[in-house]
Amino acid sequence: MKNCYLGIDVGSVSTNVVLMDDNKKIISKIYIRTNGKPIDAVQRGLREVKSQIKEDINVKAVGTTGSGRHLASTIIGSDVVKNEITAHGIAALNFVDGVRTILEIGGQDSKIILLKDGIINDFAMNTVCAAGTGSFLDRQAARMEIDIKDFGGLALESKNSVRIAGRCAVFAESDMIHKQQLGHNQEDIIKGLCDAMVRNYLNNLAKGKEIAGPVVFQGGVAANVGIKKSFEEALGTQIFVPPHYDVMGALGCCLLAKEHAAKGNKTKFQGFDIINSGYDVKGIECCDCANMCEVIEILRDGQLTARWGDKCGKWSDLVKSDIERLA
Amino acid sequence: MKVTFPHMGNQYVGTKVLLEELGVDIIIPPKCSKDTLNTGVKYSPESICLPLKVNIGNYIESINMGADTIAITGSCGPCRFGYYSVLQKELLKEAGYDIDVILLDPPQGDYKLFFERIFKLTGTKNPYRIIKALKKAYNVLKAVDDLEDMTYYKRPREKVKGSVDKYYDTFHKDVRMVYGYKAVSKLIQETKERILSVEEDPNRDVIKIGIVGEIYTIIEPFVSLDIEKKLGNLGVEIDKSLKVSRWLNEHLFMHPLGLSTEKETWESAEPYLKTMVGGHARETIGYAVRFAKSNFDGIIQVYPLGCMPEIVAQSILPTVEKDYNIPYLCLIVDEMTGEAGYMTRLEAFVDLLRRRKETFKGEKLLSGY
Repeated sequence: MKNCYLGIDVGSVSTNVVLMDDNKKIISKIYIRTNGKPIDAVQRGLREVKSQIKEDINVKAVGTTGSGRHLASTIIGSDVVKNEITAHGIAALNFVDGVRTILEIGGQDSKIILLKDGIINDFAMNTVCAAGTGSFLDRQAARMEIDIKDFGGLALESKNSVRIAGRCAVFAESDMIHKQQLGHNQEDIIKGLCDAMVRNYLNNLAKGKEIAGPVVFQGGVAANVGIKKSFEEALGTQIFVPPHYDVMGALGCCLLAKEHAAKGNKTKFQGFDIINSGYDVKGIECCDCANMCEVIEILRDGQLTARWGDKCGKWSDLVKSDIERLA
Repeated sequence: MKVTFPHMGNQYVGTKVLLEELGVDIIIPPKCSKDTLNTGVKYSPESICLPLKVNIGNYIESINMGADTIAITGSCGPCRFGYYSVLQKELLKEAGYDIDVILLDPPQGDYKLFFERIFKLTGTKNPYRIIKALKKAYNVLKAVDDLEDMTYYKRPREKVKGSVDKYYDTFHKDVRMVYGYKAVSKLIQETKERILSVEEDPNRDVIKIGIVGEIYTIIEPFVSLDIEKKLGNLGVEIDKSLKVSRWLNEHLFMHPLGLSTEKETWESAEPYLKTMVGGHARETIGYAVRFAKSNFDGIIQVYPLGCMPEIVAQSILPTVEKDYNIPYLCLIVDEMTGEAGYMTRLEAFVDLLRRRKETFKGEKLLSGY
């Protein structure tokens, strides 16, 4: 029986599951699209993990992160529920020695994390604008009918980058169309787009922050060699992309779960059986006050397991007594 | 005459006592909610700052309950708040509400107009009565602010999560039902005793965060998405740079007399910002420095999107962060009511502060202190 730790990152675009052993070796790594159905994604992810492992394993602890971390936690029963920033920081620290700066670009958000003496010292996350995120690149690639996988490679072929306004996704797009109509070739435009995104990221998130090396670039967009190159040019320093750049959040969760188990805590993991359970989500609108909270109920095989979404806590508090009454 | 006024944190308790002591009929707008915001957004210019939108929502909800007069204070500070009264009057007129607005601006030399307005609002010309009521209102406001300060201390330490909020929320419900200075004071005292009796967990490792920023945003819990509760539940004790009672004291009593209680704050801000640039930018910086000096673990700035003075402060605060080696987080609020992203930032910030503190402690142990 091998001791393992499970980490799950339920993000807006992708859901990642990582299974790690006692020696921090990764046994299984799954990257799937969330497709707006987080519960289904978690179940699919676990199913794939289960089909990949041959030996007998014993899950000692589970950690969840990402915007769907609370939902995932109620479904699988996790021991550690952590925000993405901490999870990403922990993961990078474990795989790149002495890392000082983490550039992270995901599907819907981008962040910068600064570390000092091995602890997170400062961070920033995009607030009101999505111009510098993966979704934007996805969209532009689709518009040019290029596979997003080839996007970065094409940028490297460019000899003369075109300047595109990167301040805002909407303006960037119209600027890009204008440049296309002038007859600039595709590689140059893609390179311009990469430069614009990096410029936006650095002006927006990294404003006033000191970017010291080693610099790590992770998140789904780190697969894009074009963006990596643009970062290197803008910062004038080498950029590391860790081997598991796309699942760093889930990886950080594994490490946090390992830490949790090392303290002698028992796991709340409900086992791989949950992939066979049917989950229902019911929504009710509470009309007791003008806030009209949309309360969400999670049912596992018809049994109430969790409730949230209320501002006052009235409904979430009720869950425990309701479960007892039902049982 | 049925008078109403906009919400701003605990301010309504003081205003209620002031007007009730003078025998004025009042209507307190319902607690700010999504409905309030939706109504406000509907009738306000798109690019105006968030407080105005919430104010308009408050007025319309009160008018629907029968209010016919609005009393608001103004500020002489060069920020959009200075135009609120005029703009709001126009907006309400456009929306089809013909309503009286009584503006209580700090008197800039023109005491005649100021007193005329006060006489109109209070329905009396007896200055002794007015001053007596004002004093009572100020006392109540101070007491509610003290009560809130107590929740800041108790919330991160309570043994059973939610105990403090249970009493504090009940207070805000009950205070609408009682009338006048005596009854309100009694209720505050009772709530105080209840909250004091909440059992504490002595083993909690509580960290301290100072909240600075635009006054309305940090005082009105609906707009700041209940930042005090969220942080309290994460085990954080907070303090805020600005409070209603402090603002009232400063602008209505001290300022006209050429005095100020903010000397220390301005002196703290001086190395970074020498003069007033509108709003509370100078106070934001000054308090950030003061919090850092009094060993707070971190600073959070909150402001509504597009608030000019706070944007100035935001670009200065990273320097304060460096000079005093204290982490700083900036949160910008707007019409969004989705809380997931907000919560992620707060959680990550608290994590960061805790790890830092642990490391500092470790270093101290190693070096033998």
